[in-house]
Amino acid sequence: MDKLTLQKKAVQVRKNILTGVYSAQAGHPGGSLSAADILTYLYFEELNTSPEMANDPDRDRFVLSKGHAAPGLYAVMAVRGYFPEEEIKTLRKLGSRLQGHPSIQYLPGVDMSTGSLGQGYSAAVGMALSAKLDQKAYRTYVLLGDGEIEEGQVWEASMFAGYHQLDNLCVIVDNNNLQIDGPIDTVCSPYPIDQKFEAFNFHVINIDGNDFDQIAAAFAEAKTVKGMPTAIIAHTVKGRGVSYMENNAAWHGTAPNTEQYEQAMAELTKAGEALCQM
Amino acid sequence: MSDVKKIATRDSYGAALAELGAEYPQIVVLDADLSASTRTSVFKKALPDRHINCGIAEANMAGIAAGLATTGKIPFMSSFAMFAAGRCFEQIRNSIGYPHLNVKIGATHAGVTVGEDGASHECIEDIALMRTIPGMVILNPSDDVEARACARAAVEHEGPVYMRFGRSKVPVINDRPDYHFEIGKGTVIREGKDVTIVATGLCVDSAVTAGKLLEADGIDAEIINICTIKPLDEELIVASAKKTGKVLTAEEHSIIGGLGGAVCECLSEHYPVPVKRVGVPDVFGQSGTADQLMAYYGLDGQGIYQSVKSFLQQ
Repeated sequence: MDKLTLQKKAVQVRKNILTGVYSAQAGHPGGSLSAADILTYLYFEELNTSPEMANDPDRDRFVLSKGHAAPGLYAVMAVRGYFPEEEIKTLRKLGSRLQGHPSIQYLPGVDMSTGSLGQGYSAAVGMALSAKLDQKAYRTYVLLGDGEIEEGQVWEASMFAGYHQLDNLCVIVDNNNLQIDGPIDTVCSPYPIDQKFEAFNFHVINIDGNDFDQIAAAFAEAKTVKGMPTAIIAHTVKGRGVSYMENNAAWHGTAPNTEQYEQAMAELTKAGEALCQM
Repeated sequence: MSDVKKIATRDSYGAALAELGAEYPQIVVLDADLSASTRTSVFKKALPDRHINCGIAEANMAGIAAGLATTGKIPFMSSFAMFAAGRCFEQIRNSIGYPHLNVKIGATHAGVTVGEDGASHECIEDIALMRTIPGMVILNPSDDVEARACARAAVEHEGPVYMRFGRSKVPVINDRPDYHFEIGKGTVIREGKDVTIVATGLCVDSAVTAGKLLEADGIDAEIINICTIKPLDEELIVASAKKTGKVLTAEEHSIIGGLGGAVCECLSEHYPVPVKRVGVPDVFGQSGTADQLMAYYGLDGQGIYQSVKSFLQQ
């Protein structure tokens, strides 16, 4: 899939994020929007999986360890055909398959229930370990938040993955620089993130996580690395694609009102139209 | 009594794992730098490729177990009860319980019989913690025979199972041809009409001893072994309560939230009778030998005998 097509898909993913959070009047738009391009690339280019392969033991695995970005995961899964896009509007509602945080018990295609930070990463390490034990070729991808890596369990998992040379594991840190209480370097700074992963025996790649060329190059490089896991530190913009949400921690876990929703959708529609004229 | 065969249930666990591992290629055993103590070292010796030492990082171990289970493995994660159920409560709740993954938790060194290490290592809260997790099966075997049966039943059961094993050597009491273990089924060890003693784990042997002392006093106690604390064999407990009208629970665990709590919840809803809970009262444990501590907290045969006597006099 060419870059322009991916960009168009990402616009639709962002629209779904906004629609989901707006319909729920709750949820986490900021960290879903920052990760939207990575999620789009994963589900349309990188992952050897599909709605039909949801139970295939040889499929690639994806764990959204920053489970609060569930609107982002659901948005891309809907565009990818895992469920009807209309269902996005049921996000967080009673009886919905789209729980506030992803659950394998509710939605086929989700590889791990997440939401409590740091835990999805360990499960992803378990999936990668299982592939090594059985000499299977599938790869495991896990998306972490930059605030999430303040959790001690993240470094327990990193120590294990580095020590066990899990080169079938690719960690992506969505480094949008904002957590609930503010910029991550004013709360309890995890910087320097790249050097920490290097110290845990990871191959580390720094990229602009909202640039498809750099995303594509990083995932391609990760696959060539042998004997160590890869950590892609994706420098992103929180709230990316919606002007008033960008780089604003207030949009971590807040839903837009009707006026704000309409403005966001108008901006995204405009962005999509601009792409069509390219 | 010195000729009675004694085996620690952690030894039974290690031996059972090695045996089951040979039968079930899906079994993977995880430990957190305690494999010599938890006896998963026995499995490691037999099947080294499927024994994963996670280092001193129990939370990550729980998550790895969850991830392995999503791929069809049957992971057994082991540590001391304090670090499995205690330290990893939330990992077990969110990464194993909520997704209902097929993870088996082999928690050793449970209760006060950890002994000399003292309160920091004496987990008397694990049953209470695990009981609150929907879909969690909780097994607390009383001896070698039952511990081995629990490990096998855990493999055959689809879903999370918490197994509680002890550090100290305990008498083998279930070594009889008609012994049969089934998850969710309690066993009447002695039929009686005056009082019911519902015991679990190491307190089952204590209850048997107490039963003999009570018999000498003309008290006919019914003794029930509850190995599966969840799901509880409510039918058996209610039937016995209807017969005796008085129920005493005995466990090497806090009197809050464990077997005593479960039995009270069951009887208060289905057939209210007076209940006396014998266990560690609302205090932390302390250092001492296993036998000393069982006696100190009234969990040995003499202690349960005394508790029954005073309970019946009320």
